[in-house]
Amino acid sequence: MSAPPVPEEVGQELGLGPVKEVTTILAPPARLSGPIPWVIAILIALVVIAAAGGLSLRNLADNARADLADAVTVQIIEAGLDDRTAQTEAAATALGAHPLVTSVRVVPETELQALLEPWLGVSVASDNVPIPALIDVELSRSASTDELAQLQSALDTALEPLGGEARVDAQSQWLRPVYDALSALQYLALALITLVSIATASAVWLAARNAFINHRETVEIVHLLGGTDAQVTRIFERSVLREAAFGAVIGLLVGLAALWLLGQQFASLDSGMVSSGGLALTDWLIIAAIPVGGVMLALITGRITIGYALRSML
Amino acid sequence: MTERPSEIVKFDNVGLRYGTDAEVLSDVSFTLFPGSFYFLTGASGAGKTSLLKLLYLAQRPSRGSIRMFGKDMITLPRGRLPDFRRRLGVVFQNFRLVQHLSAFDNVALPLRLAGTDEAKVQRSVGDMLEWVGLSHRMHAIPETMSGGEQQRVAIARAVIARPQVLIADEPTGNVDPEMALKLLRLFEALNHRVGTTVIVATHDVHLLKKVPDSLIMRLNKGRLSDPTGALRYPPAPKSKPAATGSRTDSLGAAK
Repeated sequence: MSAPPVPEEVGQELGLGPVKEVTTILAPPARLSGPIPWVIAILIALVVIAAAGGLSLRNLADNARADLADAVTVQIIEAGLDDRTAQTEAAATALGAHPLVTSVRVVPETELQALLEPWLGVSVASDNVPIPALIDVELSRSASTDELAQLQSALDTALEPLGGEARVDAQSQWLRPVYDALSALQYLALALITLVSIATASAVWLAARNAFINHRETVEIVHLLGGTDAQVTRIFERSVLREAAFGAVIGLLVGLAALWLLGQQFASLDSGMVSSGGLALTDWLIIAAIPVGGVMLALITGRITIGYALRSML
Repeated sequence: MTERPSEIVKFDNVGLRYGTDAEVLSDVSFTLFPGSFYFLTGASGAGKTSLLKLLYLAQRPSRGSIRMFGKDMITLPRGRLPDFRRRLGVVFQNFRLVQHLSAFDNVALPLRLAGTDEAKVQRSVGDMLEWVGLSHRMHAIPETMSGGEQQRVAIARAVIARPQVLIADEPTGNVDPEMALKLLRLFEALNHRVGTTVIVATHDVHLLKKVPDSLIMRLNKGRLSDPTGALRYPPAPKSKPAATGSRTDSLGAAK
């Protein structure tokens, strides 16, 4: 009978050594054909679409605010054409002298009639239907409520001798409900992203827990042979990483395809408002970071899940 | 004056129960000394496997005290258990091989978990598989192997890291008499030349006679009988163990 070999003495310390290799060997095969990668793909696609929608709405609102925040419209409400013309000239002069005003433009009568033409017809004339005179006023900056009141006061003073009156409409004020609606939609997108993130974490939690249950025997063996929790956790992290990365890439591609289709649809509207909601480079970078965030979320969830499961073992 | 060997494992009034059931082990007290060879016997259901579970740190006792390698295992944080498990080699009754790993990778597992250099892993595992007669099966996965082959893989895995304590639960149950004797010689070789403390749980009374210097731990209904006190005091000195010696590739011819 040949002599039995005695193995070399090995270190007993808890070094990390070639942990990567042993975790690679022990990692349960990734089940890309299983449901989890596809669930993650769907969730990532939803986040991409929701995030793109939210960012687009934010851009649209920001651009609209920038255009309208420093502009007001002054209406001269006077039925008589001559009086209205005199009051408009007096108001324009008063506005031009105001320090906050950078430019004043009296909207021509023909332009007003063109604006009303779709509702009142081509033959409308100010003699038949009294139309208020409009003055577009650009301010050096966005005016506060007090400053708008001062502007109104200046106009009242200028028009008082003529017996007329003017009304100052800050465009940002009458657009406030639109801004509020846009903000609500942004919060909706954010809520959707949060919910989908929770759903992603839940899916990974379930997957990691099931994987742990299915491979509990291997975990116990690794533990009894001196494997550490960190080594066991890394075994499962590899599996979670592969499944999540696969799902994230597929989800990103599906999400981008959906965005491209939606972009084509909106582009055909040829609307200035819609085009102001286009995505900038930073927005695309944020969207590109979504799958990375998804994979990180999956890894952290997987690590926590396995950590908790290991605590139940000796 | 002979130097008294330090104890490697010490059980004091250990009791174990699962849930609210009656105790499966009661008032178990014994001491294992380095370089000793023990057989654990007892009828089926006597508590052998439960005692082994406590020994290989798969279970904490319900009461009593367990010290291993000079540390209290009851209060030891679980994060430090791997350090102690790496000093143990275990042959499980049902082998407990990792089913998706080859025979080679199963045997290599303790070395890789301990962070051993891969070249050393290849060399040691190759030698060990050759010696247990499985070098031609090194790429086979457990489900394609016979019970005897799986048992030999399990034994090779238990001894590959040269443990300080080797715990074997019915290690010869699935092999032929010739292989059983051969495996017992491996345990003896580790015990005599390396100083590994060996505990073999077995039903086979013939096996007990094969190792003359061995001590018998007899369990009966969860209680350990030790009429002579041999399990509490160190055995008479025999050949000096070489537990801290340098590596040897072979132990020389087995007796």
